[in-house]
Amino acid sequence: MTTMSLGLSRDDRPILIAALFILVILVVGTAYTIARFGSAPLLQPTYLLQQLQIGAFLGIVAAGMMIVILIAQIDLSVPWTLAAAAMMATSIGGPLAIPIGLGIGLLVGLVNGIGVAYLRVPSMIFTLGVNAVMRGLMVAHTGGYAPQTTATGLMRTLASERTLGIPNALFVWAAVSALVVVILQRMPLGRYIYAIGNKEAAAYLAGVDTRRVTVICFVLCGLAAALAGVLLAGYSTKAYQAMGDAYLLPSIAAVVIGGTNILGGRGRYLGTLVGVVLIVLLNSVLSIMDMPEAGRQVIYGLVIILMLLVYGRGERVTN
Amino acid sequence: MLDDLAIRLRQNIGFVTTILLFCGFYLLYNLAHPRGFTSAVLVQNGDEVFALAMLAMAQTVPVLMSGLDLSVGAVMTMVGCFASHLLAGTAGGTPLHLEIFGLHLGLGTFPGGTYGILLGMVVCVAIGTLAGFINGCVVVYGRIQPIIATLATGAVYIGIALFLRPTPGGKIHEDLNWALTNSLADFAATVHIFDDGAAGWFAPFAWIPVPFVLLILIALLVWVPFRRSVVGRAVYAVGSAEGAAYMSGLPIERAKIAAFTLGGFFAGCGGLFLAIQTSSGNADIPQAGAYTLNSIASVVIGGTSLLGGTGSAIGSIFGAMILRVISFFFRIFDIAPLLQPLFEGLILLAAVSIGALGMLRVKNTLELFR
Repeated sequence: MTTMSLGLSRDDRPILIAALFILVILVVGTAYTIARFGSAPLLQPTYLLQQLQIGAFLGIVAAGMMIVILIAQIDLSVPWTLAAAAMMATSIGGPLAIPIGLGIGLLVGLVNGIGVAYLRVPSMIFTLGVNAVMRGLMVAHTGGYAPQTTATGLMRTLASERTLGIPNALFVWAAVSALVVVILQRMPLGRYIYAIGNKEAAAYLAGVDTRRVTVICFVLCGLAAALAGVLLAGYSTKAYQAMGDAYLLPSIAAVVIGGTNILGGRGRYLGTLVGVVLIVLLNSVLSIMDMPEAGRQVIYGLVIILMLLVYGRGERVTN
Repeated sequence: MLDDLAIRLRQNIGFVTTILLFCGFYLLYNLAHPRGFTSAVLVQNGDEVFALAMLAMAQTVPVLMSGLDLSVGAVMTMVGCFASHLLAGTAGGTPLHLEIFGLHLGLGTFPGGTYGILLGMVVCVAIGTLAGFINGCVVVYGRIQPIIATLATGAVYIGIALFLRPTPGGKIHEDLNWALTNSLADFAATVHIFDDGAAGWFAPFAWIPVPFVLLILIALLVWVPFRRSVVGRAVYAVGSAEGAAYMSGLPIERAKIAAFTLGGFFAGCGGLFLAIQTSSGNADIPQAGAYTLNSIASVVIGGTSLLGGTGSAIGSIFGAMILRVISFFFRIFDIAPLLQPLFEGLILLAAVSIGALGMLRVKNTLELFR
């Protein structure tokens, strides 16, 4: 494999650049806080851990989203899968809360997968419809009000408590990450996922049951979204309407900033991790700076374009 | 002759189904409506459908070249916020100023009166077009995938909208609102043409709602010429097979930029109308997202393939109208509003799944992977 000038493979370069950009964010943010408040909260481990704890929910969603993007699909049903899992988990309660929540994610993923893999409806539109159906079901279930039910003790423990000073949510995120890395790097399923993302017809001719793999990918994404929903409900002690809306676009952005090709077949999980950290830190620096929502949106958009201009450029079509 | 018609029907089966479906739905709606088949109902429906129909057209053009524009809702919102500043129509003009990082910059006065309003409308549509042009440049020269590029530019446009309207507000001149959101008779009376709308020859047309006239004008004067131009055909060609289009010497880059620019123009028209209709500007992020997603749904229902290359903006207009008529039904048939999102989702899923049933007849599995 020929290497780039810095001795990096094509997949590693985005990760390195994104990591460098994280450093830039930290330096700029710290310079700002020292100049304005005379302190450097961004460099304190407790503050960073707290930010990462909030980032864990995004990280888990992004892990699932990455798997779906790798097979050149997308899952727009994440927001209400997340919310539905959280709402059902809190309204069932008891020891069954978490299994029920995850079950919702599994079910939604299954429906998505069947629609995309067997009916061949473009995932962009099918998952959009599923998202609307889940939203409709939850609105009918809750009557459109904030649900009164609260998260169970286990959900709160997992999401907001700490073990040895480290938030439990980080352990969950780490476990999910380990699982995704094992799937992508060590299991045949991972090979199939990359193969389908590169060319589904070729993967099919090579004997991969591409439709089944597609269903599995959507199920994994649904499970990840549901897990994030259960944890988020535990973190804020209850479920609320539209709790997942803030996770769809950032999760796609995190995956893409991490160097995963939006057309599938290329990208490393480490990149997605770096992308999530980048977005979380960018958000926290902007909130330290008291940036109004308008400025945040503009900066957020410009950062995505800038990062992609540096390393996400496609190739010119010449044949 | 008859064979020719049959072939044309078969080639445009999606489009024909959409129109028939819409006619059926709309007939049913008017039959069920206590004041069905009246100009008042038509006017109300026209006002409600116009912005979405524009966004559906805006979404169609990039989709035809197998791209996707996730910023149409944001462009609409941004243009609406500009309109709420520029179209107040106060006689003395509107003073413009900019507050940024504590600095106060006076930008002179935007003219008021009729010419001010006309100029303001042109500026608003131009801003939408410019936003689309920027999208096109980022996609073509930045070589970034359209879906992710427009995701990012959409965030920027929403940011600008929030900057202009941190809270909903602003004002649109009342006459402008009245003239554009009612029937042709009211339009003529407001702008004082055709003897204030009382001319004898004018009477048969007086009931037609202005939004429908605008819709037809934009479709005929903008979309049809575009589709027949070289660039327009290149958009279709890029959607079918970009490599082949390149080898045939078609202006690929120009086609891509033109597709997004035209999308921005349509989205700008939609935003301008929405602002005029609501008489205010509102940087509503959920609304922008909902419009973007509904525009994609309209395009698909209107018979345009998300893979690109086939379909038309006219079909998308009917797709948008179908989506809207479905929501009108909830008002008529007294279905609990809480169930509305559920039904909308189920209908969308049913529509795309029925369209996909043809897949089950495919004999060679390889044909499924495109």
